[in-house]
Amino acid sequence: MNPLLSSAELDALRLSLEVAGRAVVFSLPFAVLAAWILTRVRFPGRSLLDAFVHLPLVLPPVAVGYVLLLVFGLNGGIGGWLHHRFGIQLAFTTSGAALATAVMGFPLMVRAIRIALENVDLGLEAAARTLGAGAWDRFFSITLPLMLPGILAGAVTAFAAGLGEFGAVITFAANIPGETRTLPLALYTAIQSPGGDAVATRLAILSLILGLLGLLAAELLARRVRRLLGR
Amino acid sequence: MLRVSVLKKRDGFTLQAQLEAPTPGVVALFGRSGCGKTTLVNLICGLLRPDEGRIQLDDTVLADTRAGISVPVERRRIGYVFQDARLFPHFSVLGNLRYGLKRSGKEANDRSGHASFDAVVALLGLSDLLDRRPHQLSGGERQRVGLGRALLSRPRLLLLDEPLASLDVARRQEVLPYLEALRDHLEIPMVYVSHQFEEVLRLATHVVLMEAGRVVTHGSLGEVSLRPELRAIVGQDAVGSVLDAVVTRVEPARGMADVQLGKGSLYVSLVGVPVGARVRVQLLARDIILATQKPRGLSVRNELRGVITKVSADGADGVLVEVDIGGATLLSHITQEAVRALHLGAGVEVWALAKAVSTHGHVFRG
Repeated sequence: MNPLLSSAELDALRLSLEVAGRAVVFSLPFAVLAAWILTRVRFPGRSLLDAFVHLPLVLPPVAVGYVLLLVFGLNGGIGGWLHHRFGIQLAFTTSGAALATAVMGFPLMVRAIRIALENVDLGLEAAARTLGAGAWDRFFSITLPLMLPGILAGAVTAFAAGLGEFGAVITFAANIPGETRTLPLALYTAIQSPGGDAVATRLAILSLILGLLGLLAAELLARRVRRLLGR
Repeated sequence: MLRVSVLKKRDGFTLQAQLEAPTPGVVALFGRSGCGKTTLVNLICGLLRPDEGRIQLDDTVLADTRAGISVPVERRRIGYVFQDARLFPHFSVLGNLRYGLKRSGKEANDRSGHASFDAVVALLGLSDLLDRRPHQLSGGERQRVGLGRALLSRPRLLLLDEPLASLDVARRQEVLPYLEALRDHLEIPMVYVSHQFEEVLRLATHVVLMEAGRVVTHGSLGEVSLRPELRAIVGQDAVGSVLDAVVTRVEPARGMADVQLGKGSLYVSLVGVPVGARVRVQLLARDIILATQKPRGLSVRNELRGVITKVSADGADGVLVEVDIGGATLLSHITQEAVRALHLGAGVEVWALAKAVSTHGHVFRG
């Protein structure tokens, strides 16, 4: 047995990292796409899309989890189809916890990426065009690298927030040990159980250390990227 | 030949321009700020689309609104040197130079007449800068890298939008020789946008004069230098005929040389140029004195015999006199009083006098 952490605590830590990691990796391309559409494309329903993307920021997390349950649950439209067609179940699974975390972190990510995209000089893209670069080529060789600081900032923020996502996860994915019981859920469980104070304290300290490490890593990364871009 | 005939309306500004410019050669788009020069080059490279019109480069139609043709910017193969360089901050100088090179395609690389990577780097003096990042470069260095990057994309035409405008005077003098070297050593046609007549004087073979969204006049630099429309833009003091001449004798120690122009000869200040070189001389109208007899006992070194072809009023009390000196035309700015006293008019034979020290030559091999 690990002298520092019990196996249940280790499970919670591993799950938190996995859920937040999967959420970020999965939602990153969509966040870039959403940021791109909101920044560069002019169309009638833009404000509506903007509001929709930002909904998880203003809704109670439990409400988001409940909506996910309605849509992606076994009896929900998409959830039923996924289960029937591919045998994929999202509700009450680790994947489901990742989905709930992704939805909650999405607006944070889009916001950071959008600011980065707005700061990319359109003149540089025009210059790339005159040098023979087509649309995709321009995006991957100029726009994306110049957005990288914002993308990293968005990803790190969403990851850090994802480590602590509670309401949406417990509603959509429940509190299953080893499956969906992430750090905050474990912490909650410990507080609820008689004599769980010691465990709760250890988990709270663990969360604190994790958060600090995340913020430090983000700062270090941002500094390196800035130097690479010569700013 | 570059043929442009376009109409573009934008934010209350209308550009309506027709022009034909020979290629290869350096065409200067000259005019005040805001006259539509940048809009015109953006239409040529495709960053803007004309509302109506047609743009053709040699035998390729780049845009034709009636035929529904509009070649995308990235396939026009027109190089663009921006006023603000627009180097990619996340690449080194080498990365910037290679960006266009990598995308220039095999077909373009097979064509003769394009300089190699090493040749461009040598021509623009970039070899010591390759590892640097754009933010570590001076303004002049940045423009040279921008120039090299555009050249290495193997363009069929190079557009330069006031590449010196963001530089101070010293930096300008640092970059100008590179532009001259480019013109003299590479066979690439260029369109050079400027509102500084000195740059036009040193670089252009052909001038397109623009005013308020229209092409006012165009022609060779010598032709345009005599036009009244140019006077309206550069001002009375900068008016003067621009003449092509050949060096016949040099005095390196004094920094002076004799040049042949038309049937006459001029003694001008000129450095570092061998006998036989083609140079360009600008004789400012305010510096030319007219005499009805061959003068004696004057310090003036240059006396050119000619015949008055035209006398026109210029300004409140001024008169601009055109003198044919045998194959070339001079402009002289004198007073109405002088015209009356000397009985000057078309057909009158005169001596045109110019001080050697106020006459400068520009090397021009174009």
